[in-house]
Amino acid sequence: MTAPDEAVTAPNAAVTAPDESEQAVSTTQPATGRPTDRTTDRTTDRPAGESLLQVRGLQKHFALRQGIVFQRRIGAVRAVDGIDFSVGPGESLGLVGESGCGKSTTGRLITRLLEPTGGSVVFDGEDITHRPPARMREARRNLQMIFQDPYSSLNPRHTVGTIIETPMRLNGINPPQGHRKRVQELLETVGLSPEHYNRYPDEFSGGQRQRIGIARALALRPKLIVADEPVSALDVSIQAQVVNLLQDLQREFGIAFVFIAHDLAVVRHFSERVAVMYLGKIVEIAGRESLYTRPRHPYTHALLSAVPEADPDATERRERIRLAGDVPSPIDPPSGCRFRTRCWKAKDRCATEEPPLARVAGSPAGHLTACHFPEEPTVAARGEDIVLDPALG
Amino acid sequence: MSVQTPPHPAGLAPAPAPFLDVRDLRVHFPTEDGLVRSVDGVSFTLEKGRTLGIVGESGSGKSVTSLALLGLHKGTRAQVSGEIRLEGRDLVALPEAEMRALRGRTVSMIFQDPLSALHPFFTVGSQIAEAYRVHHKVSKKEARDRAVEMLKRVGIPQPERRAGDYPHQFSGGMRQRAMIAMSLVCDPALLIADEPTTALDVTVQAQILDLIGDLQEEFGSAVVIITHDLGVVSDVADDILVMYGGRRIEYGSTRDVLKNPQHPYTWGLLRSMPHLTGDVGERLDPIPGSPPSLIHLPGGCAFHPRCAYKGWVPDGRCTRERPELRLLSGSARHLAACHLTDEAKQEIRGGTGPDDHAATARTAR
Ligand SMILES: Nc1ncnc2c1ncn2[C@@H]1O[C@H](COP(=O)(O)OP(=O)(O)O)[C@@H](O)[C@H]1O
Ligand SMILES: Nc1ncnc2c1ncn2[C@@H]1O[C@H](COP(=O)(O)OP(=O)(O)O)[C@@H](O)[C@H]1O
Ligand code: SF4
Ligand SMILES: [Mg+2]
Ligand SMILES: [Mg+2]
Repeated sequence: MTAPDEAVTAPNAAVTAPDESEQAVSTTQPATGRPTDRTTDRTTDRPAGESLLQVRGLQKHFALRQGIVFQRRIGAVRAVDGIDFSVGPGESLGLVGESGCGKSTTGRLITRLLEPTGGSVVFDGEDITHRPPARMREARRNLQMIFQDPYSSLNPRHTVGTIIETPMRLNGINPPQGHRKRVQELLETVGLSPEHYNRYPDEFSGGQRQRIGIARALALRPKLIVADEPVSALDVSIQAQVVNLLQDLQREFGIAFVFIAHDLAVVRHFSERVAVMYLGKIVEIAGRESLYTRPRHPYTHALLSAVPEADPDATERRERIRLAGDVPSPIDPPSGCRFRTRCWKAKDRCATEEPPLARVAGSPAGHLTACHFPEEPTVAARGEDIVLDPALG
Repeated sequence: MSVQTPPHPAGLAPAPAPFLDVRDLRVHFPTEDGLVRSVDGVSFTLEKGRTLGIVGESGSGKSVTSLALLGLHKGTRAQVSGEIRLEGRDLVALPEAEMRALRGRTVSMIFQDPLSALHPFFTVGSQIAEAYRVHHKVSKKEARDRAVEMLKRVGIPQPERRAGDYPHQFSGGMRQRAMIAMSLVCDPALLIADEPTTALDVTVQAQILDLIGDLQEEFGSAVVIITHDLGVVSDVADDILVMYGGRRIEYGSTRDVLKNPQHPYTWGLLRSMPHLTGDVGERLDPIPGSPPSLIHLPGGCAFHPRCAYKGWVPDGRCTRERPELRLLSGSARHLAACHLTDEAKQEIRGGTGPDDHAATARTAR
């Protein structure tokens, strides 16, 4: 019935051709947002200084088609719909939000596994937004991705050695110590044994496979790694091992990260700054301390209040907010503020005017919130719970 | 050979028989590689209106335990022994026909994956109605009304209309609600939920957990919730049972187990995950290694290969002698299976107040 335009699963797979019909609606500004003045502090998410990655007005619309022979376009999934952020060298930016909000699509746009519909991606001083695959080599070396599923992201017919070596060969990198030796070093770096060189992925546990994926990403000494839910499929004890490993690598090699996860505690632990996404938009972005203790967007409040904590007392100290139902469809998102259909503060203005992502009164520099009626900057328990779900008392 | 501990510590006044009383439950699977002891001597009790949380890493025997409560190992190669007394009746000994009459009515289950419980070819409403008609002599119309009422109760908007939808027309969260509606349509006295929210977003998870809690309050059901997430049990459970290698290693009230954990494995579970308000400068402290084989469980304490504290126990007892579940001194019902003395645990945890597991995290390295 509907055909996804693009599906790319391997880090080095060719990027499929851009959807020309989508290019027509391409803009470099958020579709509905006002042009923003980047010279003021009100709309910048990071203090001035060198950025390794700069994303502006980034969009990805997947065309929805119907018909088998003559496919008609019947709409578009606005998976990512005008987002701005930047990442400094060696910095980690976390990306959180409910499933379907556009986190993975964002990761794939940055690493150029997907062709953007609009906006720009500047990496290491170069505009790579529409750079064709053939000319991506240099940038791709410095821009690697780690995937969630340690089972499907490794080719089962290749040995661990081949898997880790391939990106080096493709990029014409010949380490002085030779490929084999370099791979064995990488295996040790990620906590595996050099003897694993000739083994196949299915001989390894989930945590070990994730380490192989990490070794593959490290092989080219990248400046930035996009890690898409790297620990979500792992047991808690194994999660901790992998998070520690990534943190060591970040510190030792100064690698910057875009760290995607739906677990808010893991993101907070790993990332100095965190962006919250909702229906293809960033609704709030801030340093972790500010975001987790003084969030301003109602959605961030709702997300944080829903995280169950392994401490019977914590539940009483924190606010309790229960949203109604599910996230609306990204094919036809609500007008104005996309969160308004689930928001307890929504007023008429929220339906007509899209709130810009900007600093609101009472927030520190670099803490940006897209809301007309921001919440109080605290997560302490409210006088009354906010319960919008009709089934809950 | 086997160590057996009564579910209740001795010395308590003889209480009336609990609603659910599981004693020394064992579920073993003979396989080509050997006997898999998935559940090996698990005991617990549960009263109506209360919730027990069973936690542990994957492969610790949680799901096999839940299937045993539903009698779903009957007629398979599984060897089940011990007792599952529900209101005095032993479900282990019950013939399959009688068990089938209880299933869905007295004992009901919520699965992790609603698609495994909902048939793709029938409408959601008709499946809930059918679940009701199996156990009640009512007309089709009455059963359908009941289905719509249940859908409404679990917060499906426009329940009249949505009852005619097929499962794939529902979102993940709505399917989970529909399955809860189906599990609860006969007012079960015992509800078993196996990882009911693991595949859901936190916002939907919070809705579903609240919903289970509300419905439980309304119907007075007893709930067993199985999860690997200590946050989830903290939210909903009255008691916690921590399983390792098919056995109990710690058992007590939620507050006791989370605020004053007594087993190095429980410490490990709590320390290996970051907390929303934890110190971000602090490294996570993973439990080294991976869960044990259930065919060749390590001798002595099954956790000893991964335990950082076995050196605190003299004479290598951890590797030789299996620790019994012991009552924590001063507590009426907090049990843990570890050779460490209370004094040693105090020292390991830095002598700080007994209810600060964060202190454990800091000093135990
Ligand atoms: N190849 C594709 N074709 C059509 N829609 C897609 C495709 N990839 C993702 N989407 C849609 O885009 C939205 C965002 O998806 P995704 O980026 O995977 O979200 P997340 O990673 O936050 O869960 C979802 O509605 C998803 O269904
Ligand atoms: N039918 C079966 N035959 C053999 N082994 C089984 C069977 N069912 C479960 N097991 C084994 O029992 C152990 C416990 O499984 P399970 O209860 O599903 O763990 P959990 O739910 O805690 O993750 C696992 O090692 C699993 O492989
Ligand atoms: S009995 Fe020994 S090995 Fe087992 S948890 Fe206690 S200290 Fe560790
Ligand atoms: Mg994703
Ligand atoms: Mg299970």
